[in-house]
Amino acid sequence: MPCLYKQTNKTMTPPRLADRLLRLFCAPHLHEEVLGDLHERYVVRAKRSGVAKARKRYWLDVAAYIRPEFIKRRPQEYPNPTNMTMLRNYLKIAFRNLARQKGYSFINIGGLAVGMAVAMLIGLWIYDELTFDTYHKNYDRIAQVMQTQTINGNTSTFAAIPIPLAAELRTKYGDNFKHVVLSSWAEGHLLSFGNKKFWRVGNYIEPEAPDMFSLKMLKGTKSGLQEPYSIMISESVARAFFGTADPLGKLIKIDNQFAVKVTGVYEDLPYNTRFNNLEYMVPWQVNVAIRDWVKNSQQKWDNNSFQIYVQLADKVDLDQVSAKIKDAKLANAGKEQAKFKPEIFLQPMRNWHLYSEFKNGVNVGGQIQFVWLFGIIGVFVLLLACINFMNLSTARSEKRAKEVGIRKAVGSVRMQLISQFMSESLLVVCIAFGLALVLVQLILPYFNEVAAKQMTLLWSTPVFWLLGIGFTLLTGLIAGSYPALYLSAFQPLKVLKGTFRVGRFASLPRQVLVVVQFTVSVTLIIGTIIVFRQIQFAKNRPIGYSRSGLLYVQTTTPEIHNHFDAFRAELIQSGAVSEIAESESPLTGIWTVNGGFDWDGKDPDQQPDFAVIGVTHDFGKTIGWQFKEGRDFSKKFGTDSTAMVINEAAAKFMGLKEPVGKIIREGDLRYKIVGVIKDMVMESPYEPARQTLFYISRFPSNFVNIRINPNLNASEAVSKIGAIYQKYAPSTLFDYKFADQEYAKKFAVEERIGTLASFFAVLAIFISCLGLFGLASYVAEQRTKEIGVRKVLGASILNVWSLLSKDFVVLIIIAFCIAAPIAWYFLGNWLQKYQYRTELSWWIFAGTGAGALFITLLTVSFQSLKAALVNPVKSLRSE
Amino acid sequence: MRRSDLGEFEEVVLLAVAALSPGAYSVIIAEELEHETGNSVSTGAVHAALQRLEQKGYLTSHLGEATAERGGRRKRLFTVTALGGRILQDVRAVRNRLWDRILPNIRLEWS
Repeated sequence: MPCLYKQTNKTMTPPRLADRLLRLFCAPHLHEEVLGDLHERYVVRAKRSGVAKARKRYWLDVAAYIRPEFIKRRPQEYPNPTNMTMLRNYLKIAFRNLARQKGYSFINIGGLAVGMAVAMLIGLWIYDELTFDTYHKNYDRIAQVMQTQTINGNTSTFAAIPIPLAAELRTKYGDNFKHVVLSSWAEGHLLSFGNKKFWRVGNYIEPEAPDMFSLKMLKGTKSGLQEPYSIMISESVARAFFGTADPLGKLIKIDNQFAVKVTGVYEDLPYNTRFNNLEYMVPWQVNVAIRDWVKNSQQKWDNNSFQIYVQLADKVDLDQVSAKIKDAKLANAGKEQAKFKPEIFLQPMRNWHLYSEFKNGVNVGGQIQFVWLFGIIGVFVLLLACINFMNLSTARSEKRAKEVGIRKAVGSVRMQLISQFMSESLLVVCIAFGLALVLVQLILPYFNEVAAKQMTLLWSTPVFWLLGIGFTLLTGLIAGSYPALYLSAFQPLKVLKGTFRVGRFASLPRQVLVVVQFTVSVTLIIGTIIVFRQIQFAKNRPIGYSRSGLLYVQTTTPEIHNHFDAFRAELIQSGAVSEIAESESPLTGIWTVNGGFDWDGKDPDQQPDFAVIGVTHDFGKTIGWQFKEGRDFSKKFGTDSTAMVINEAAAKFMGLKEPVGKIIREGDLRYKIVGVIKDMVMESPYEPARQTLFYISRFPSNFVNIRINPNLNASEAVSKIGAIYQKYAPSTLFDYKFADQEYAKKFAVEERIGTLASFFAVLAIFISCLGLFGLASYVAEQRTKEIGVRKVLGASILNVWSLLSKDFVVLIIIAFCIAAPIAWYFLGNWLQKYQYRTELSWWIFAGTGAGALFITLLTVSFQSLKAALVNPVKSLRSE
Repeated sequence: MRRSDLGEFEEVVLLAVAALSPGAYSVIIAEELEHETGNSVSTGAVHAALQRLEQKGYLTSHLGEATAERGGRRKRLFTVTALGGRILQDVRAVRNRLWDRILPNIRLEWS
């Protein structure tokens, strides 16, 4: 407020603090007369009795105004529009603004909606991951018994447990457990009832299992497995076999060997549980009764072929129990086993899915890393989208500045302007939220397929809505806050006079944002490329046999084996098959690992573990393995029944220079090595092949491998083979698998990560480009006049274009310089996991940088060319 | 009676406004009262009384000219209304009558 006399005589000024105080409590309409009185009185007093006294008195005088009649504010002179009226006006203006600038609105709302949709998808995914296995009521009390062993200096951790451990846990540590349940692995078997035959997967498991896993019984009771030779089946199996009829008491045959009685039907387990493929359960005792090797293992501490699940007793701490049972195996297993230093521990159910990986006996996480990774990406994408939204709003601020000026001039106070911009941004965010819901609904099926999930939008969960709406409001407030506070602070005079200019550094936050966005995008792009290259690298690895036209069938009954020669002859005669052989393991896995081998020159400390695969004579010819030395099995040599073919890894493992002709001993048995093959990839394509021994098996094998005649097409051949197969094994199913398809499944995890990563990378790029677009348009708008002047003075379009694009190129280069080391570090770490891995080649980085630059120029050019092409008359006319 | 709502301080202020008319405003009233009574009188108290009297209809006010001492702010000038004048006269009449009834010898004892 102007004050002439204050400047003329400084000592004549009364205490300013007192004035300020007065202004605080005194009603504004009285300020003039009250302050005037006080000042006048002060001058009188100062003249009469000196400045010091007058100043003192001044405070008392001010205090005398602390009375209700001075404090009470005068009611507003003009009618106050109701909030509803104003709100309606704000909404109208907001809609008009959205409609007037369709391109901007589309980018603004679309970008935010995409960001929200991604956050929602990731949220759903994380929710799904974190609720894994929570279907079971005793989720917090169930654990799996696991063990670590140290062999040849390598500590490995696995869930395979010997049978007698269960009894040991029950007797010696019984107080700690409510249930101790022995189980087989999930096994596929042929179930049949009447004419209906189905291949189903289930477990041999002890009878407390249904109670422990809190299965929801639809028919029968949870104690149904107490009955010998009983079976509990899942709802879908029951429907497949019996339709609507009552399944209880029906007899189902397993592998056509023995019959079991249905004593219960349980609800299908949801897909996000470990036991989601548990289609039936048969009492453990049946497993013991029908299989000699299981019976023989009952007291064997060295046969790690079974699983144990436990439920803890109430009020027992899992970690303490886990520590207590550490030596449960070591103390009983004898000297032979003590060498491996077996340690027993409990893996709680909540860790089964998310923390499943062990390295050197230590839990190193697992899926949880992806939960974190995707969580962080989700937050980032959302954050980028929000800041974009804010940026685009402020970039347009100059267009709205006049509106703010007019509103202020006709009497809007700052609060009203703030609420205007807040309500505007809330409106936009609400539209974006609605759009995001639609987007998620549309993308979800595709996303489910990629992520191998069955997620649905949780329409009926209040928490989902609470989170969604709370989040929308929060985004609206945060995104609206900057424009609201920034725009409402404009001074109407300056804005309306046209002297309003944004500061030099107004675009700095926007530039920082673009750098952050492109850092994230470039990192994600590099990541995606590396993941796909790694997959490709592993796919291109020589696998040591020929996959095309190779299929295998798992057999659980001896029918085929017993007439194998006739079966083979008929198949070959039919012309559909070029070769056929049996084997104990599938081509895409190793089922048996044995120790106890010996040979000349063996280091006594070396633990002789080998993958051992029993095959028939024609196995090699069927799969097309490749010899490095020696020869294949042959029926011409009678001695081949005790011959072995080994792989390169085995030769190296045994330290044999010339392996052919050497003898391998196993107890009393002596095998002669007749050939060495090139390593075949049977397990993980990222790991080196395991040392493997092939021998001629005399037992009924698990698999029939068939090479289709290459002159025939696959489906024709399969139908021919199927017919002959059914003739020899009428009671079973011809359930065949193609080797190449099974092999491809080994890449599923990596491919899923790759696809998800590329999905996010594309979105990150999209959102980044929106941010860039916003910034470019902002800059172009800012410099309209400058460009006009430049053009008048003779600048070419190219000049203007490079002028505007140059700044962005610098930003992208900065982003790239940040992103490259980050990507290099994290992906280097990721690749360390794999024995066979691709390199982090420089050209990937260079290519990504060039790509990012190209996209940037493309985005920016749209704006800069538009600005460069404008007729300077138009841009300068308004001066 | 109307007189009951006129406090003693208000009465004095009302009188002062009448005495200082036409240039009566809170600062000179306060100065005048301070000078006359010897007690310190704040403008706040006077201003409040003036506002009350105006509300009751004994005074009217308008904004006067600004001066340098007031930092360029205008002052609020007060004048007594007809109603205010009548009330003053009423009060004075009551007092006069009562004064007149005091016996002369008692008055002598006081002086």
